[in-house]
Amino acid sequence: MSDEASTTKSYLTPFNIIAGIIVIIGLFITALRFTKGLGAVTNLSDNNPWGIWIGFDLLVGVALAAGGYVTSAAVYIFGMKRYHSAVRPAILTGFLGYALVVVALNYDVGRPWRLPFPFIVQQGTTSLLFEVAACVALYLTVLFIEFTPAAMEWLGLKRARNIVVKLTLLLTIFGVILSTLHQSSLGALFLIAPSKLHPLWYSPYLPVFFFVSSIIAGLSMVIFESTLSHRYFADKMDEAHLKEKDDIALGFGKAASLVLAGYFIIKVIGISEGNNWHLLGTSYGLWFLVELFGFVALPCFLYAVGVREKKLKLIKWTAVLTVLGIIVNRFNICLVAFNWHLPSSERYFPHWMEIGISVFLVTAGLIAFRFIVTRMPILYAHPDYPEEH
Amino acid sequence: MSITRRKFLGWLGAASLGTTLGTTAHAASNKEFKGYPESRGVLFDNTRCIGCRKCEQGCNKVNELPAPDRPFDELSVLETKRRTTAKAYTVVNRYEKVSSPKAPVYSKIQCNHCLEPACASACFVRAFSKTEIGAVTYDESVCVGCRYCMIACPFEIPTYEYDKAFTPRVMKCTMCHPRVIKGLLPGCVEACPTEALTYGKRDDLLRIGGERIRKFPERYVNHIYGENEMGGTSWLYLSGVPFGEVGMREDLGITPAPKLTSGALSGVPMVVGLWPVLLTGVYAINKRKERIEREEKQLAVADALEKARAEAESKLAEAMEQAKKEKEAAIEKAVNTAMEEAAKAQTEETADAPTEEAAKNAGEEDA
Repeated sequence: MSDEASTTKSYLTPFNIIAGIIVIIGLFITALRFTKGLGAVTNLSDNNPWGIWIGFDLLVGVALAAGGYVTSAAVYIFGMKRYHSAVRPAILTGFLGYALVVVALNYDVGRPWRLPFPFIVQQGTTSLLFEVAACVALYLTVLFIEFTPAAMEWLGLKRARNIVVKLTLLLTIFGVILSTLHQSSLGALFLIAPSKLHPLWYSPYLPVFFFVSSIIAGLSMVIFESTLSHRYFADKMDEAHLKEKDDIALGFGKAASLVLAGYFIIKVIGISEGNNWHLLGTSYGLWFLVELFGFVALPCFLYAVGVREKKLKLIKWTAVLTVLGIIVNRFNICLVAFNWHLPSSERYFPHWMEIGISVFLVTAGLIAFRFIVTRMPILYAHPDYPEEH
Repeated sequence: MSITRRKFLGWLGAASLGTTLGTTAHAASNKEFKGYPESRGVLFDNTRCIGCRKCEQGCNKVNELPAPDRPFDELSVLETKRRTTAKAYTVVNRYEKVSSPKAPVYSKIQCNHCLEPACASACFVRAFSKTEIGAVTYDESVCVGCRYCMIACPFEIPTYEYDKAFTPRVMKCTMCHPRVIKGLLPGCVEACPTEALTYGKRDDLLRIGGERIRKFPERYVNHIYGENEMGGTSWLYLSGVPFGEVGMREDLGITPAPKLTSGALSGVPMVVGLWPVLLTGVYAINKRKERIEREEKQLAVADALEKARAEAESKLAEAMEQAKKEKEAAIEKAVNTAMEEAAKAQTEETADAPTEEAAKNAGEEDA
């Protein structure tokens, strides 16, 4: 990524070159996937029907896109108006995140053109996946509407923009309801398979775990994303954004530390509920402890220290650690601890082309993010529409 | 934000009503589904199975599945453990290491046609249905290909045609539903030369199984697998060795799969119903706090202004008083000086002017 001045001069910046290569490879794999079928580009099998396109693109993607509902709820419902400048970047990241999730699902399902079938042909309401699909579809729409004011300010559609802004509170509440439902349902997807998921990760509380950890993911992603934005798009930020940036890191870091503490406690309650203490001594148990202490307890502590001593750098690195922790958790549930009873020869490891598509989609997200923030009032308030506090 | 409360509540009401309509989840109920009456099933008795793979062949033929890589009469296939695939709805595995002198023991796997199927419960487009006659059928024409059924199935039965780009299907045993409704036997049952497979009403099969165990207690494990596993299955199994030794999981429990998720599903209407209340409440509390803060600020400002005004007034009054006093003092002083001067003049004048005249002048001046 580079500043605007050099992109207008030459398109051959390191970011553009690398992104270009990834996009070309991605398009190549896309062509293979849709002409030769899933078997040609994935290591999926009858024992392992879900790979990283579900584990990463869906589970991690949705969790990391939680910044949208977390931030808008904080500002518009909980009245934390001094974080107002974080709302638009978070909504944009959320919108792009969900959009990419839906794109990724088109790669993963066998007949993507039938994705609307659960809504228009027949509804499988007993399925948690139906809930996920319905909420993701609705929430993507909500995020799109929440994002449109920025685009409409850019395009000069004043009247339409003002109508949408009036819907802010309604959209925010609707967004929180939908997010609660589908974030938790992603965890609840695995409730049906107690015989396949390792008992340390299987819990009747899975939906609660997923919902609570999505709040942590959302808070950490806002910090992480604002750090990156400040690094690469500082010239796009107005005074309010620059001024509130550190405030946001401190406030969100504090909240994340608190929620992580709660999450740690309910995870321990989860072990207790299943009386799985004896499994902690096994190799899976060791890995579970790494997740619990390395990616939950440690960031909880580091956030607390960072906030108390106002060490912004520590908070930012802790956000990275926390985001990694969310990835580890979702991978554990979907891939590592799933099918743990099978011999290693029947386990799944992603094909390089599966990874290629995931990298391709993340890159597409970055390109879209850059395209939008360099044009629309995301990191600054549009001069014609001063922030309404 | 200028939404009226009435409008807002109206929207929320409409939204929550729309979401709650049409959900059927019984989280905590004492309802128990024992299967459709008269429904059919198959009893597999592994003490009668000789591992000839004729059932695999029969299945392949009646379901018009592609020819296998190695022919059905090649028994060396049994040397490796296999599972169902998109090309084989059923497979037989051989188990050498069993706690019985009658080794090897064979086990046949295919869809167990659960009474309350996990696949049907998990499918978000209702591609699976449990028919009253017993089979769990799959409707290819609506399947999206999410493969959640394969995640959900505790017996690891459904398979997928990963190599098809445009028409991939989930593939699994249909209990030969198309044949059964025509009055024919399932392909595998028909092909079995040793009567290891018995087709019939599930209730009858349970009775037959029970009788065999009663008659030959030394020959069988005292358990009919499938009677209660995962809430019960249409396929039932008798075994001469513990089921765990022939690759059948004994830890699945007797909870039907839909019960595993009904709790989470029943939470949905609660979130939809209560979240708007909670969130609007939090919003209202914050609004109110802000309003009170604003009012208190205004009050404080007004108060301060009032105080300042009063202070200024009293200061002014004081100053006026002071000025008045000073003025009076000045006058008095002036009068006194005048009087003194007059007195002085009088004393000087006593020698040359009448006293009454001077006194009169002084009195006039005073007035």
